[in-house]
Amino acid sequence: MDQYSAVKIKPEGSWKPILECAVTEVFELMAAVRLGVLPESPEPQRGAITAMVGLAGALCGMVHIRCSHTAAQKLAGSMLNGSGPATPAMIRDALGELANMVAGNFKAKIANLADHCMLSVPTVITGEDYCLEAVDPYSCIRADFDYDGNALHVSLVVHT
Amino acid sequence: MKKINVLIVDDSSVMRKIVERSLRQAGIELAEVREASNGAEALLETKKSPPDLILSDINMPIMDGLEFLKSLAALDSAKGIPVVMITTEGSEARVVEALSVGARGYIRKPFTPEQVKERLMPLMGGNL
Repeated sequence: MDQYSAVKIKPEGSWKPILECAVTEVFELMAAVRLGVLPESPEPQRGAITAMVGLAGALCGMVHIRCSHTAAQKLAGSMLNGSGPATPAMIRDALGELANMVAGNFKAKIANLADHCMLSVPTVITGEDYCLEAVDPYSCIRADFDYDGNALHVSLVVHT
Repeated sequence: MKKINVLIVDDSSVMRKIVERSLRQAGIELAEVREASNGAEALLETKKSPPDLILSDINMPIMDGLEFLKSLAALDSAKGIPVVMITTEGSEARVVEALSVGARGYIRKPFTPEQVKERLMPLMGGNL
């Protein structure tokens, strides 16, 4: 058994504040953006762009960040900090990197997870009307944020 | 204070810009900044003109950071160039592997400019 399959970690309810902390840290340090945490909502997450990073090993699942194209464009601009206008490729790159860092920062905060869980490279989806569905059985920790009047949704979907 | 030539290696162009900005924000004087999007490109850049410092991601397509370190170790002109890994990889095993094949340190993303300077200062003989 290798180091990734030797340990299995189950998601816990206490992970939501840890996920929120991982997200706000990454956005503040790498994009100079302060996010406000929004209360839990039953509304489906919406937004025309989603960046996803897969988790495999002790925890199998996905971290995704979803927001509007306007929010993603502003985020990329903030990360580039005046290095010129963000092209569509840069916007995808920026959101993908944020998802990657959120996943990495989250796993670093959970005991035993950092050494037993691998991350995939980011994938980015764009479109006007789509919903993300996980295959049962799974659990989902959802965190919603306000970014300058735009909603930004982060989810950790774990296959159980 | 000596101005340094840096090679930044990351498959994300946005991340390369962030690393460069962090170096400047940390007050590090940069003479030249070159970029490479994977280990193979970084190897070519190093052969062309060895930089004073290399900052490299680990997970990259074509040639990852660990393979890059191994290839660099076989390059005479690269001897003595400090390589610091900048990565989201929190796995101690991966970090230990990077250090065992020649990395002189690592910085975990997300990072602050102060953390970058703190990690680089001892490697540059206090010349930052």
